[in-house]
Amino acid sequence: MKTILNTKVPEGPLEKKWSNYQLNSQLINPANKKKLNVIVVGSGLSGAGAAATLAELGYDVKCFCYQDSARRAHSVAAQGGINAAKNYQHDGDSVYRMFYDTLKGGDFRSREANTYRLAELSAPLIDHFVQQGVPFAREYGGTLVNRSFGGVQVQRTFYARGQTGQQLLLAAYSQLYKMIKAKKVQMYTRSEMMDLVVINGKAKGIIVRNLVSGELERYAADAVVLATGGYSRVFRLSTLAIGCNGSAIWKAHKKGAFFAAPSFTQIHPTALPQSSEAQSKLTLMSESLRNDGRIWVPKQKGDKRLPKDIPESERDYYLERRYPSFGNLAPRDIASRAAKERIDTGFGVGRLKNAVYLDFKHAIEKFGLDTIKDRYGNLFKMYHKITGIDAYTTPMLISPAAHFSMGGLWVDYELMTTVPGLYAVGECNFSDHGANRLGANSLLQASVDGYFILPNTINNYLANEIKSDHPSTDHPEFDNAEKSTRAHIKNILSVNGTKTVDHFHRELGKIMWNECAMSRTKEGLEKAIVQIKQLKEDFWTDVKVTGDSNEMNTELEKAYRLADFIELGILMCTDALQRDESCGAHFREEFQTKDGEAMRVDDDYAYVSAWEYDNGNFNLHKEELEFQFVTPTVRSYK
Amino acid sequence: MKVTFKIWRQDNPNSDGSFKSYELDNLTEDMSFLEALDQLNEELVLKDEKVIAYEYDCREGICGQCGVFINGRAHGPHANMTTCQLHMRSFQDGDTITVEPWRAKAFPIIKDLVVDRSAFDRIIEAGAYISSKTGTAPEANAIPIPKSVADKAMDAAACIGCGACVATCKNSSAVLFTSAKIIHFNNLPQGKAEAKDRLQQMTYQMDLEGFGNCTNTGACEVECPEGISIKNIAELNSSWIKSMF
Repeated sequence: MKTILNTKVPEGPLEKKWSNYQLNSQLINPANKKKLNVIVVGSGLSGAGAAATLAELGYDVKCFCYQDSARRAHSVAAQGGINAAKNYQHDGDSVYRMFYDTLKGGDFRSREANTYRLAELSAPLIDHFVQQGVPFAREYGGTLVNRSFGGVQVQRTFYARGQTGQQLLLAAYSQLYKMIKAKKVQMYTRSEMMDLVVINGKAKGIIVRNLVSGELERYAADAVVLATGGYSRVFRLSTLAIGCNGSAIWKAHKKGAFFAAPSFTQIHPTALPQSSEAQSKLTLMSESLRNDGRIWVPKQKGDKRLPKDIPESERDYYLERRYPSFGNLAPRDIASRAAKERIDTGFGVGRLKNAVYLDFKHAIEKFGLDTIKDRYGNLFKMYHKITGIDAYTTPMLISPAAHFSMGGLWVDYELMTTVPGLYAVGECNFSDHGANRLGANSLLQASVDGYFILPNTINNYLANEIKSDHPSTDHPEFDNAEKSTRAHIKNILSVNGTKTVDHFHRELGKIMWNECAMSRTKEGLEKAIVQIKQLKEDFWTDVKVTGDSNEMNTELEKAYRLADFIELGILMCTDALQRDESCGAHFREEFQTKDGEAMRVDDDYAYVSAWEYDNGNFNLHKEELEFQFVTPTVRSYK
Repeated sequence: MKVTFKIWRQDNPNSDGSFKSYELDNLTEDMSFLEALDQLNEELVLKDEKVIAYEYDCREGICGQCGVFINGRAHGPHANMTTCQLHMRSFQDGDTITVEPWRAKAFPIIKDLVVDRSAFDRIIEAGAYISSKTGTAPEANAIPIPKSVADKAMDAAACIGCGACVATCKNSSAVLFTSAKIIHFNNLPQGKAEAKDRLQQMTYQMDLEGFGNCTNTGACEVECPEGISIKNIAELNSSWIKSMF
């Protein structure tokens, strides 16, 4: 099919593209900005950053979140840090090197211009957060500290203990509340977007469910920004918050926004292993732990000895063995697959043999207990609270878990989706990470999108909207959207079957984890699509949800989010199936080298898949990736 | 293991609530407390009953959305822990576990175990920010901040806004929450310009919301999941007096 995707990447050399873009984009005078309304859905780092900054610029902003406060958004849980090409450590870092690392880390499946801009805007972002009062780690002399993260050989990660995401989010939340006080932002908490309203082909509003009263509400605006995060809860067990969902982007997809690379999902190598069927969540242990922790399994299959009784000579530090130059800091996709390989071949440890060790014995010997406590104290404390185990004396048990969605709504250089006036920022878009995201680039992308990029691109669209009529919530499209939402909810409540929502979510999670996670096959994906379609039918004939629609009903919320996850699962498998290659996190068993590494097929697959929704079917469009400045190479971390 | 949950049920803010008992079997020790409630809710659905409303999101102790009173203690039997981090291994087979919402005038009940903590947001709104716009920041290393100052700010900034401090306080005081935020900003060079206004406006808002006063019992720091110290309260009190002159 012929591509109809216009990326709007500006002309010129890489380092001039963003400034050229800004120079040529349309401006709006401050008096006119007041007349323009923008809806931001989501209050995480990208949403709160965008809402606050748009309000500072003079736009009239409404911000929505499903939680009880904007401060709960799941950016809060990011632990390790945020990357920036400051070169404070004098170790050869630069914007170009960071750009290259990110592009390579993503296995050359992202757009050069976007990735370069991410690196370019990273340094001013650290300035911004310091000014907003983020207590980043400091040297005794008062300057900022850096550490390393996976897939990189320089130290460019800034951090605030193991709570970097929390500190950045709280800074964004503070800035957001500053603008709420200034009456430039109206905040709607416990409010969930149920549908997008498109009028004459443009995004003009949303339908919202008030999660306390259950009432449906209508909001109109001149532009709609989605900042709704990742969708890895499609696997049910993931590192995400329980409420994280893909519904807002899925509704937008059904209203015309193309969905890009949905199957590119990151499985994080260092989460706590699953311990029972009832488990709801896999807690992440920050990748920063791999700076000093060493990962190993016993050399002997099914070794029953305690880790402390296994001598050095009988331990297999498999990452150091397979990837000597990056060792324990190999990128996430590679570290996860290597762990899976060891576990699948019978070397796993822990009660269910589904984990590997992350050991700090050597680091404590080398740096002393106090230093390790200072660096990771809160992570060890968290590990102790959850498992009851002291990781200073016995190695942590870790295992791969679904984590980040590289895929998301397709956006152009302006972060606009294929629906004019609809933007996607942060994790919910597909823009910078390609087929695998590097550690500490997530907080970066969310922030840069929200604070720096969107506020400088949205004007290019809104400048023309001043002239058109402001949308009214009386428009028939609002009637239609509200009516169909009401019917959807009623349908769920009226099934009155015999199985709970969680039952179906567990089933979906199993299918997705088995067939569409770390390792995929044509056969498995085809089977998964059939199974999920069957699951969808079962859900709609046999789910049971109690309570009513016109009250706080947490079971109903779970149900309508799951209904969307089921459909998204089908698209993810469809996407993984069409890509006959392995790249980054997308590993098709049919496409691997002799040593089990991913085998890219650049001649046929150097494109971003962008799916158009077509009445229950999906049409594939391709954004061909043109590498003008970098030649894709075989990614090696050996 | 088998336990009996005695849980506060209340339909809406205006209705009368009461405790209801539920027996729950087939639990395992490595289940979290919230996963036990999840299982109870699944059983309620299958019995055609309405589910219990309770709050959570991240389930890893950082978002601050979970929080209930368990056997008379905020976030359960352990000090410095969130409800989502509590596991069933902390209880005995056959235990009766009493679960109540946070009880404070400034945190009205919405439904069952869910309360409205938006008063906290309004305290933040009153002044917990630095009034610099995006794009106005100087180079990050231009202002050195000694490690001790940054560490102290971080200790205070770690607050997750769960409300356990208020819930456990006999006066329903929010001074630990408010002081932590003020100390975080007021000690950093970037926050000093607005230090006095921030302190006065945030404490004023705290009173306005109906939180009680602090009588230094220290109960809050015992339950605070982040172990925020009451030294923040002492420092707030001293700078509050100084701000009058």
